[in-house]
Amino acid sequence: MMTALTVKNLSKTFTMHLRDGVVLPVVENVNFHVQPGECVVLGGPSGAGKSSILKMVYGNYGVDAGSIVIQHHGAAVDLATADPRTVLTLRRDSIGYVSQFLRTVPRVSALDVVAEPLVIRGVDKGEAQDRARALLARLNLPERLWSLPPATFSGGEQQRVNIARGFITDHPVLLLDEPTASLDATNRAVVVAMIGEKKAQGVALLGIFHDEEVREAVADRILDVTAFAPELAA
Amino acid sequence: MSQDMSMQEPLLKVDNLTKYYGSRLGCADVSFELWPGEVLAIVGESGSGKTTLLNSLSATLEPTSGQTHYRMRDGAWRNIYDLSEAERRFLVRTDWGFVHQNPADGLRMTVSAGANVGERLMAVGDRHYGHIRETALDWLGRVEIAADRIDDQPRSFSGGMRQRLQIARNLVTGPRLVFMDEPTGGLDVSVQARLLDLLRGLVGELGLAAIVVTHDLAVARLLSHRMMVMKDGHVIEAGLTDRVLDDPREPYTQLLVSSILQV
Repeated sequence: MMTALTVKNLSKTFTMHLRDGVVLPVVENVNFHVQPGECVVLGGPSGAGKSSILKMVYGNYGVDAGSIVIQHHGAAVDLATADPRTVLTLRRDSIGYVSQFLRTVPRVSALDVVAEPLVIRGVDKGEAQDRARALLARLNLPERLWSLPPATFSGGEQQRVNIARGFITDHPVLLLDEPTASLDATNRAVVVAMIGEKKAQGVALLGIFHDEEVREAVADRILDVTAFAPELAA
Repeated sequence: MSQDMSMQEPLLKVDNLTKYYGSRLGCADVSFELWPGEVLAIVGESGSGKTTLLNSLSATLEPTSGQTHYRMRDGAWRNIYDLSEAERRFLVRTDWGFVHQNPADGLRMTVSAGANVGERLMAVGDRHYGHIRETALDWLGRVEIAADRIDDQPRSFSGGMRQRLQIARNLVTGPRLVFMDEPTGGLDVSVQARLLDLLRGLVGELGLAAIVVTHDLAVARLLSHRMMVMKDGHVIEAGLTDRVLDDPREPYTQLLVSSILQV
């Protein structure tokens, strides 16, 4: 089976021009791959660069060097050098992302926030909403909230909207940034089960989980990000 | 997703567009391509050249040098500065839209809301009064203006309503490209949110390409796929909107992003 995601020799620094151009090294020589059906967890203390790696893989952060190769419609595409249009197509069809915090849009209901990734892909709006309802119900989001914009929801409620939005598509690569951080035990268990189903469907998952119990339950491999710390790299 | 051939080609190609006002620079050496369905934000502070660029792109201004090619509905590429005045006017009335910051610049304030929308339809040859009125009503509804305001003049509308009417007037002919100059500027925050949601929905639904000039990075984040940052007439940084906003490279872009107030 073809590797779903291959990261090679990835390096990243931030140049802070507002602070006299000080250069903050983030990671150096990041190398790993994720197979279909596998869940790889990025491990290491806060500040080690775990979120930065996820953001590079999704294209939110640029990279200084290296490649991020994703299987996209049967071809290998390097997201690190892809133009914006290609990155958007990759996100539409091949790579999903559950961010830590939901970016809410005024006036858009929770149901439509969740259904949107399907609608963008051309799925009929009614069908997309049906699937969104099923996911929100599964994540125990009270039905009275579905028609409301999530801006005023609690942290845990927003996170479940975000998870539903990320899980509604069948993207072959899925990135998860602490999806269970503000969830109670019941909903954590739901997310663990949903991750298990993604794996069974052959989705390649790359995630950050600070909750040890969840990490134990979903991880096939833990990748120690401190190995990519700039001062340690050869 | 529609994958017909017309989606496989850009809609607009801009090469080294430069505009001087006498010896003063408006914008310099701007090049990019815009694809169907793509929303491009041009951001930068007042005086950075973004409105000059927008006006040059929409053939409102003639650039000092450089070219802008547009793919017409028949598939032919035309340099928009070579079009005759009649051709240019037809393009502006049908296949393009222009949403001005001040709705009074884009509306006729002394004719009814319905006529403001219907006028664009007549420009494309619709002569059937019943059909024009029906379409105008439909568009007023889509921009959330009550049907019983159709015979009122926009003079009696609030700022937000006027802006929504201007959008209806522009979109009624099914343009493929819409230029917007600070479309939410001068509106209350709650009115802005409504307008943004509406624009976002319509742009997505109609598959429009749009070029949006704004100094508001939150507007750019919400509406655009791609953005260009301008300073002193030059494009200093460009790319995927969330890449530019989450990982700004240029000193000026970092300053802009770090200056956003958090609520």
